[in-house]
Amino acid sequence: MLGWELPPHNSGGLGVACHQLCKALARKGADIEFILPYEHTTPIDFMKVRAATPQDVREVLLSGIAYDSAEYVYTTGETKRLSIYDQQRLYEESMENIALDGEYDVIHAHDWLTFRAALRAKHITGLPLVVHVHSIERDRAGGEAGNPLVREIEYMGLMMADRIIAVSEHTKRCIVEDYGIPAEKIAVVHNSIDSETLAPLDPSNAYHYLARMKEDGARVVVSIGRLTAQKNLPMLLEAAKEVIARAPKTYFLIVGSGEQYYELIEQAASLGISRNVIFTGFQRGKEWRDAYAIGDVFVMPSVSEPFGLTPLEAIAYGTPSVISKQSGVAEIIDNCLKVDFWDRDELANKITAVVQNDGLRDELHNNSFQEFVKLSWDDSAHKLTHIYKQHMGAYA
Amino acid sequence: MSRAIVLYLHVHQPFRVRQYSIFDAGVNHDYFFAQDYEDRTSNERIAHKVAEKSYIPTNQALLELLNNHPEFRLSLSITGTVIEQLEMWAPEALQSFKDLVATGRVEIVGETYHHSLAFYYSREEFERQVQMHREKVQHVFGVTPQIFRGTELAYDNDIAYWADKAGYKGILAEGWDPVLGWRSPNHVYRPAYTDNIRLLMKNYRLSDDIAFRFSDQNWAGWPLTADKFSRWLNETPDSTNFNLFMDYETFGEHQWDDSGIFDFLRHLPQEWLKGEGNSFMTISEAIDAFDAQDFIDAPHTTTWADSERDLSAWVGNNMQQQAIHALYDLESSILSTGDFNLIEDWRRLQSSDHVYYMCTKWFNDGDIHAYFSPYENPYDAFIAYMNAYHDLKFRLAEKGIEV
Repeated sequence: MLGWELPPHNSGGLGVACHQLCKALARKGADIEFILPYEHTTPIDFMKVRAATPQDVREVLLSGIAYDSAEYVYTTGETKRLSIYDQQRLYEESMENIALDGEYDVIHAHDWLTFRAALRAKHITGLPLVVHVHSIERDRAGGEAGNPLVREIEYMGLMMADRIIAVSEHTKRCIVEDYGIPAEKIAVVHNSIDSETLAPLDPSNAYHYLARMKEDGARVVVSIGRLTAQKNLPMLLEAAKEVIARAPKTYFLIVGSGEQYYELIEQAASLGISRNVIFTGFQRGKEWRDAYAIGDVFVMPSVSEPFGLTPLEAIAYGTPSVISKQSGVAEIIDNCLKVDFWDRDELANKITAVVQNDGLRDELHNNSFQEFVKLSWDDSAHKLTHIYKQHMGAYA
Repeated sequence: MSRAIVLYLHVHQPFRVRQYSIFDAGVNHDYFFAQDYEDRTSNERIAHKVAEKSYIPTNQALLELLNNHPEFRLSLSITGTVIEQLEMWAPEALQSFKDLVATGRVEIVGETYHHSLAFYYSREEFERQVQMHREKVQHVFGVTPQIFRGTELAYDNDIAYWADKAGYKGILAEGWDPVLGWRSPNHVYRPAYTDNIRLLMKNYRLSDDIAFRFSDQNWAGWPLTADKFSRWLNETPDSTNFNLFMDYETFGEHQWDDSGIFDFLRHLPQEWLKGEGNSFMTISEAIDAFDAQDFIDAPHTTTWADSERDLSAWVGNNMQQQAIHALYDLESSILSTGDFNLIEDWRRLQSSDHVYYMCTKWFNDGDIHAYFSPYENPYDAFIAYMNAYHDLKFRLAEKGIEV
């Protein structure tokens, strides 16, 4: 299996999804060798994790941001800072050694960063290739075309693969529309959530101020995620203005950092709602969990969200969601409020409804929680093993 | 012919808001006290630094001048917030100010205690802060201010009218060309629509030669000596009073010791006083000595900041507007509590410096904003401030007052 990141080195959902999926696959008896572009130091017992670094690279120093340059330390002691494209090239070249090393049945590659290596491995071994699409370039570019170099790699991978896995029907449609791939070639395997990985809440919430304001009737709308175009937060703020006009005791808690951070602070000020919008910057651990917990409603209005794990985390921590119809998670949770990403008034309408009606809030949460507890990666692993078998048969 | 230098220095330090997060709101109410002494927002560290680099050496130089030259005079304004900080962290610096005032030749100018823009947001609150400052000055220095200055030298017809009715004999303003028109700043004026009060306007060219350009080696006037500066003044025709207004920190902080600024200061009186009829005057003395040359009509507010000389450095962007309105909207709730600490924290948040740190005029003027800001950028300043605002609301809620 070819992947670009595993926790704790993850920039978004990709690493977490790979980790949990492999764990479930291993439970089903799959023997997995997971190839990363760097040396993974956190112990994992259910699969073999291997670094794809070429022979003469001693160490890869990550910057902390997954899609950034990384520093490669060579055995000669020399160091080089490599761009994401050069890292892909090295990752691809390493396949010459790795692919002939073991007895593999299937090559499974996650997202465009690994596609070039996957094609090389397929070329060397002649094995079936499954490419797994967690997001396409159009999602990451917030609905724009995105980077043409990335699109080219993505297109090649999708064309040459024997089978494509999409994390949602939404993503499947996007692949068909964007790249003209026949729908029959694409199987949908939804992501899931491993609730055991979610730490429990403490009795006292870190957002002391909001907890106090709630006692006086305030309500809290939470958004957690990177502040990038894909997440559609400028529209959330526009909707927030409408909500606050009707329910003035509503606070919007915006957790995350990203290139739109300052722009959003200025936007809130120019909309005249700064008193009701709290920007926390990036949070992890308790402050991250408590943000979900303090909310009366969680919002994810993304322009396009291939899957979108955060609403599930919100449910786990007691908060129902208003989410974009253009998201994968909308396909597996019925008990949430869904809006088109472009429909600001409807977003405002639904948020207002929840903050003005605790009955609606509680009903949504209770029912979505029933759906949540049934979710399991085992279903995803089951579907995947079936797909593996189909292709292994074809090559046998 | 009689001509005077009217030297007026402004002393102020705000209570800067520490890196105060939403997780502090409702938990810690200490907005102004950074735990880490080395932190950029540590008021204690800044007070120590400015006392050592500027206040103490400058006051020493000024006291020597007062002792050596019976003709030497100057005026000072010193805010309540800086007096409090010196009481806490640098009492020897405060004593050196008292020593100056004790000579009887240093005039103290009145203003708001908290260096606020309250005049533009709440007239009642403004008057309370002016009264607080007056009492503090009487208590610490044993004198009562006769002259008034708006925070940031903010000036317009309204504030002149107010100061006239309040009984002040003089008020200060920027000598900004669009207001002066064809007039020279080197005279005493009368504000429009007033009866008794007089107006002194800063000669910003001469003031900025000292305050901003002194150490600029690319400036044609560099190096500026006391002798050269006195010659410029002597060669200026038809002038009675040269109003040199600047921040106190010009000496030792904005212009470092090694620029020669202290030598300049030490030699200025002897060079200037060589000229026949030349003298130094306090603001009150200048008003007594010279007749008003004309009246000045100022319908629009001017300040002494930036190339715009307006309030845009403080309330020019949306964040600043949001922050300042949020704060003043709490006025009646906060005052109704009668809780001194809560009211005082609210007043400390009124210092104009807080909104100045949120200024986003990066280009041209932005560099000077960045120099004075203890924050990484205006957004961090805004976030810390708004979190403190939220905590004020929390404290009100705890008292059963909803906002």
